[in-house]
Amino acid sequence: MSAVIESHNHDDHHHGPAKGLTRWLYTTNHKDIGTLYLWFSFAMFLIGGAMAMVIRAELFQPGMQIVEPEFYNQMLTLHGLIMVFGAVMPAFVGLANWLVPMMVGAPDMALPRMNNLSFWILPFAFFILLSSLFMEGGAPNFGWTFYAPLSTTYAPPSVTFFIFAVHIMGASSIMGSINVIVTIMNMRAPGMTLMKMPLFVWSWLITAYLLIAVMPVLAGAVTMMLMDIHFGTSFFNAAGGGDPVLFQHIFWFFGHPEVYIMILPAFGIASHIIETFSRKQLFGYASMVWAMASIAILSFVVWAHHMFTVGLPLAAELFFMWATMLIAVPTGVKVFNWVTTMFKGSITYETPMLFAIAFVVLFTIGGFSGLMLAITPADFQYHDTYFVVAHFHYVLVPGSIFSIMAAVYYWIPKWTGNMYDERLGKLHFWLSFIGVNVTFFPQHWIGLAGMPRRIPDYALQFADWNMISSVGAFLFGASQILFLFIVLKTVMGGKKATPEVWEGSRGLEWTVESPAPYHTFTTPPKVN
Amino acid sequence: MSYQKYYVPEESKFPIYIATALFLLVMGAAGTINDLGKPESNSVYILYSGFAVFAVTLYFWFRAVIREHIAGLDSAQLQKSFVFGMGWFIFSEVMFFAAFFGALFYVRNFSVPWLGGDGEKGLANMLWEGFEASWPVMSTPDAGSAFVLADKNMSWPGWGNALKWLPMWNTIVLLSSSVTVHFAHLALKNDNKKSFNTWLGITVTLALIFVGLQAAEYYEAYAHYGLTLNSGIYGSTFFMLTGFHGFHVMMGGFMLAVMLSRSVFYNHFDPHNHFGFEAASWYWHFVDVVWVMLFLFVYIL
Repeated sequence: MSAVIESHNHDDHHHGPAKGLTRWLYTTNHKDIGTLYLWFSFAMFLIGGAMAMVIRAELFQPGMQIVEPEFYNQMLTLHGLIMVFGAVMPAFVGLANWLVPMMVGAPDMALPRMNNLSFWILPFAFFILLSSLFMEGGAPNFGWTFYAPLSTTYAPPSVTFFIFAVHIMGASSIMGSINVIVTIMNMRAPGMTLMKMPLFVWSWLITAYLLIAVMPVLAGAVTMMLMDIHFGTSFFNAAGGGDPVLFQHIFWFFGHPEVYIMILPAFGIASHIIETFSRKQLFGYASMVWAMASIAILSFVVWAHHMFTVGLPLAAELFFMWATMLIAVPTGVKVFNWVTTMFKGSITYETPMLFAIAFVVLFTIGGFSGLMLAITPADFQYHDTYFVVAHFHYVLVPGSIFSIMAAVYYWIPKWTGNMYDERLGKLHFWLSFIGVNVTFFPQHWIGLAGMPRRIPDYALQFADWNMISSVGAFLFGASQILFLFIVLKTVMGGKKATPEVWEGSRGLEWTVESPAPYHTFTTPPKVN
Repeated sequence: MSYQKYYVPEESKFPIYIATALFLLVMGAAGTINDLGKPESNSVYILYSGFAVFAVTLYFWFRAVIREHIAGLDSAQLQKSFVFGMGWFIFSEVMFFAAFFGALFYVRNFSVPWLGGDGEKGLANMLWEGFEASWPVMSTPDAGSAFVLADKNMSWPGWGNALKWLPMWNTIVLLSSSVTVHFAHLALKNDNKKSFNTWLGITVTLALIFVGLQAAEYYEAYAHYGLTLNSGIYGSTFFMLTGFHGFHVMMGGFMLAVMLSRSVFYNHFDPHNHFGFEAASWYWHFVDVVWVMLFLFVYIL
């Protein structure tokens, strides 16, 4: 038996990537799969972004300008679904693929073939979702939250395809998460105890746990929809004894952990980048871990704060208000830790650091508007206004998306072996930073003034800020083309990167050469 | 201690075939469901082709993994990955059932009483005045033609009729099968392959009996009780919970049958080396626990 093992060891040493297109179809390599995830997510980001441009173009002026209201609803729905499930989540999974094995000193992901499957489901799922635009009755038009009965009784026929697309996306997420958890639990190099793990790894351990816990609940929700629509059940139909509000409960039991799924890995990324460019050890490592774990646990008991206006019993309104506010405590711990890490550090402002600092500031703004929304009586006023849109875009765009961009700038020298163009990177940052704030900050005001979300037209008093918001959106959208250019330029060439890339970088991934070899750590390194 | 390399296959064609199969499966399923009642629809063939590709690929994929194991390619560490992986997969299944149990809990404790005028949101009774909340809901709030009202329900018939009550037999069969699969495991650990095969064979038979009884119960419900998916929220929760459970019994039973044939025809498994069987038996115990919950919350309480 040992002879077999020996000979295999021998073979593998000479193996680089396979040639041609099939390399990407058949690959089991975590770096290849990470790259696939990242490019897929970028493509979805541009498609979902183009839909956002349609939305902002329609809202540029009051009155109906460019699209039909029905099509506007489809754009709104697909924009949300694509950005959440197609852009943000796969980007984080791509980063996990690239980084987790290198950070824990593993040769690859624990289950490499399943890793490939998790990725390749996604292009099919989004092909189905996008093809629904061309089906009879059009694409799903009920918002990314697909509340019943909009998504059941009043849904277009394409809802069936949407349901099954969600099913396979869920399968992809669950398999991907099992892979991440097993890699972290089973593949760490000797000496790397849990409390020595890099924070990005910790953030993904917790994220993967959340994903495995809630993606099946989403599958349950869409299955009940399918049965209600086609097989006569009455889960969400009060006439049969069910309740449309039940849908919202199930959806948000998934949905609230889902929003933390989209931010926890960002916390990990920000911790690494701020630590590196402050040239100081991160302040409060253990409290960072406990904060993330607390946020994850609390995320299971706050879901109904999305539903304050549907007529919950008073006790529920109070419970969910207080539980939601409690989340501000661990989140505050994290923000103060980042700030303290920078305090008296020898800070330099390379592009990743700029994005990371903007992340901390702007995410905190999004967090504060979240606290405002958590106050039940105040939410009665804010609910379903543009204030909510401003809130969740602040946590998702300069929150999640900025952290992803920061991560790309920070680790791309390790991926490609080339430094990106610092001047262009900074330009991209400032254009994005200005664009995002011009787009979303005014939406707080028009929201407080009463502009409802999800409507293609609005009253005249909202005209000025909407126009400014649209201009900001066009700027933000256009500057992402620059991002694409910078990434391509870096992939093709540039100043060669050293193994450690950044002065003050810490962690196993900086001990291997740049670009990282196709196989890293085929025998585990020693961690002290 | 020397380190055995973690086996990472260089390339694999299985995943892309499975992904393609899933694509065909869901396109076929969605098309078929949307075209229900249209005989000219061809979507069902897409569904079948997806299923065929799925089944064949899965067969070869598992065969490859088994062969790698026999060749000694998988280190102890890789085998541990399978153990963790199976555990987390079962956790995801637990959460899938949690969604349906949560729905049952919600309608029984909140929405149905509210529709009947009880509790803080009893105002909902104004929608269908005169509706009286009870569980099982035999008469839906809107008793119009949209629903086929049931004459009888599946709930506990009292001690006198307990043995004439199918779910009781289902419970007995499934609980015993959990015991027999455990006996099979013990026999394997004692290196008694013959006893292992016998106990595992009994378990698979019990699984088949369970599925048969469940089919009889469904026939009874549809043909004699008037209880269908269309009977309102009681029928919805009853059939979805028992139906998904039954589907999982079929999957678990199939897994155990595969393990049985691996043992009988290929003499796989030895006392220290049988995670394939162990994973299937974990799954089986999980299915059993779900049934106990069903028996309590769907049938008895």
